[in-house]
Amino acid sequence: MTLPAQTASDMSEAVGLHTVTKRFPGVLAVDGVSLTVRTGEVHVLLGENGAGKSTIVGMLAGLQEPDDGHISVAGTGSRLDSPSASLDAGIATVFQHVMLVPTLTVFENLVLGAPWWRRPHRAQIERRIAELSRDFGLKVQLDAMTGDLSLGEQQQIEIARALLRDARVLILDEATSMLTPSGADELGAQMRRLAERGLAVIFITHKLGEAYRFGDRISVLQQGRMVGDIAPDALARMDEDAAIEEMVRLMFGGSDTSASLYRDRPAPTAAPLLSVERLGTEGGAEMMALKDLSFDLRPGEILGIAGIDGNGQKQLAEALSGQRSATAGRVMFDGADVTRLSVGQRRKLGLRYLTDDRLSEGTIGIFPIAENTVLKDIGAAPFWSGGIERPARIGAHAREVIRHYSVRAPSEFTPIGHLSGGNIQKVLLARELTGEARAVIFNKPTYGLDTRNIAASRRRIREIADKGLAVLLISTELDELIELADRIAVMASGRIRGTVVNDAGAGDLRLRLGRLMVDEGKMADTTGDAA
Amino acid sequence: MEALLTAAFLSSLLTGAIVAGIPLLLAGLGEQMSEKAGVLNIGIEGMMLAGAYLGFLTAWTSSSIWLGFLGGIAGGILVAALMALLCVVLRLNQIVIGIALTLGVEGMTALLHHFQFSRTYPRLPAPDRVDLPFLTDIPVLGPSLFGRHPLVYLALISVLVLAFLYRRTNLGLTLRAAGEKPAALDVAGGHVIAIRSAAVLFTGGMAGLGGAYMANIGAGLFIPYMTGGAGFIGIVLAMLARGRPLWVLAGALIFGAALSLTTALQVAGSNIPTDVIQMLPFAAVMLVLVIWGRRARLPAALGVGYERGAR
Repeated sequence: MTLPAQTASDMSEAVGLHTVTKRFPGVLAVDGVSLTVRTGEVHVLLGENGAGKSTIVGMLAGLQEPDDGHISVAGTGSRLDSPSASLDAGIATVFQHVMLVPTLTVFENLVLGAPWWRRPHRAQIERRIAELSRDFGLKVQLDAMTGDLSLGEQQQIEIARALLRDARVLILDEATSMLTPSGADELGAQMRRLAERGLAVIFITHKLGEAYRFGDRISVLQQGRMVGDIAPDALARMDEDAAIEEMVRLMFGGSDTSASLYRDRPAPTAAPLLSVERLGTEGGAEMMALKDLSFDLRPGEILGIAGIDGNGQKQLAEALSGQRSATAGRVMFDGADVTRLSVGQRRKLGLRYLTDDRLSEGTIGIFPIAENTVLKDIGAAPFWSGGIERPARIGAHAREVIRHYSVRAPSEFTPIGHLSGGNIQKVLLARELTGEARAVIFNKPTYGLDTRNIAASRRRIREIADKGLAVLLISTELDELIELADRIAVMASGRIRGTVVNDAGAGDLRLRLGRLMVDEGKMADTTGDAA
Repeated sequence: MEALLTAAFLSSLLTGAIVAGIPLLLAGLGEQMSEKAGVLNIGIEGMMLAGAYLGFLTAWTSSSIWLGFLGGIAGGILVAALMALLCVVLRLNQIVIGIALTLGVEGMTALLHHFQFSRTYPRLPAPDRVDLPFLTDIPVLGPSLFGRHPLVYLALISVLVLAFLYRRTNLGLTLRAAGEKPAALDVAGGHVIAIRSAAVLFTGGMAGLGGAYMANIGAGLFIPYMTGGAGFIGIVLAMLARGRPLWVLAGALIFGAALSLTTALQVAGSNIPTDVIQMLPFAAVMLVLVIWGRRARLPAALGVGYERGAR
């Protein structure tokens, strides 16, 4: 494939999609999308999970071919039928999941894919990498073992590899999702410099703030269709708030998402259903120990557990659900000591746990939705009778779950791993609420979901509490806790540092919570028993 | 036991280690290539047997041992091509297909041999040897190591060639990437299906050559099922060698020596029952697996078919 020389104008088309459509079994992933990406621009593709962003990336990267429509590169119709065709056309992609071989050195990964008869030229690569680090601030150590590097460092290697190949279009798919905020800002600055050098950068994200800060032009996708576009001059005239409002309007088509769900109602006063008394667990090199945790949870109440991720929240959830054994203290449920009961026994009593690890702990990806809905009831009536599985009953139950929770899935036979995070979450929630649920522990229930599913999940959590169930809501999102919880306990270093009543009206609530969260012991003296 | 440590015994053991070890070496090197590229080639036993049969047939009809080797390579590649088509291109289960191919070739070669030779087992003339000047005259070691068929030396050289290829060339890099993370190779512009198919064909060629060596040099005749698990030992060697051709060589010689203990002990006039001695190589396999099996480092994508864009 030969490409014509680029035209004089620096705003010429680098790559274009022309009424492109792509179908997958049961899903219309991309529906007649047209898009022009120009050289010298950072073009943001914005959309929720499942809006079609990744499919567009796949087609540009040569992993999939459009069913209808066509793709043009630098104004010429091109068939990108393999990743190498796409690379030859000057399109390089940094995928959401790192596409480097962990057991090869960085240098080996950089030369991977070159014709097999050619010997790698170390000196030449070294020289070009030195140039790239100087021009773009890329950090690449050639002799490191790739698998030993952090995801952020690996991403730098992928960008370097794209530049080594003289890419004219660089696609960054959800590239900031694994970076720290400062790492994301650095990447944003790199994108800016690359665009100034005449590359076309396609930046895929679902974070609105990043779209505004890093992008020149923003295109918004919704359910596989292109629903709007903010041109560079329009974007330049907006401030961040106005731009975000415009993006939200485009993404959600005017539906209201900002209505506050703050629970304005009297605090429940019933006797505690779940009482944790001086609970402790063993720690390890990777796992923080829990020390001396105590709290009560009443029916109809939502108790929030705030804290920076990794301060013992997961261990707490597991100790309550029976997945982790307690070494001190006890857990009382409905007046009985359940500290020594198994996961199954606690579940039968009505103590349910919704894990944050949906894929590896919560579901078996290759099993159909139907079997996943009864995974915690194996052998129990009515889905089994006398040890024999009753597929018809399981199927009917699963169809009911799909309908009632509006799970977006072709059928109950679809392997659950094919669903989006939000839809898996719905199935998991349905599973925990099956039967006599009395208390539900949510561990980061909206983590990794898109905006629409976050709102729906929060609404459900509130409904569950309104029905009189006790809810323990572990979350790292302060907004979520302030929106839902009656009281908020803050965990740090495996202890509860304090509990505050959620009085969202009072302005310094966030400040108080934040202070408790960062506490490393010195605050404990003053607020340790603030509850 | 002192009587065992005679010159005759040692010489016969060394000779045996090489005669029995070379087919294992070829099979092990071949298997290593497939495994590096991510294909667990269980069909290698069948490839060896096809090589033994076609290699013998070619040598017998053409009266040329070298044409016989080419025939052996062709036989192995023939079976390997089927494996590449089914397992690499069509992504069928590598273990099931590998076992099926081995069983199929065992039956097929026995049948063909029966049609052609009925119950006779014609012999080939003794092959030429290359006597390296002076070296052959060293006592004990000399005749064992330096009075062998040229193929022995070619096999030894191939160890070094492969070691270089894996470490220092883009081809070796491509192979390793295909076995560790094929998706990464694909999006880097490499060709996963092509490199994996090529690796399987190479395995077939090496296994076929090893089989032909067993028939034409080792035994001088073809007997159905004559490879007797040599291909499977090759798989064990490849797994234990952790990707290093030199370790395959070391393992092949050790297993070769174990396999040839029977003859060596008979030469030395021992009275240990032959059944016990014939068990030794397999006991050795088990012992080695128990001791070193844990340390085997296999490519991450070994045995997993690659489909572009699959989640």
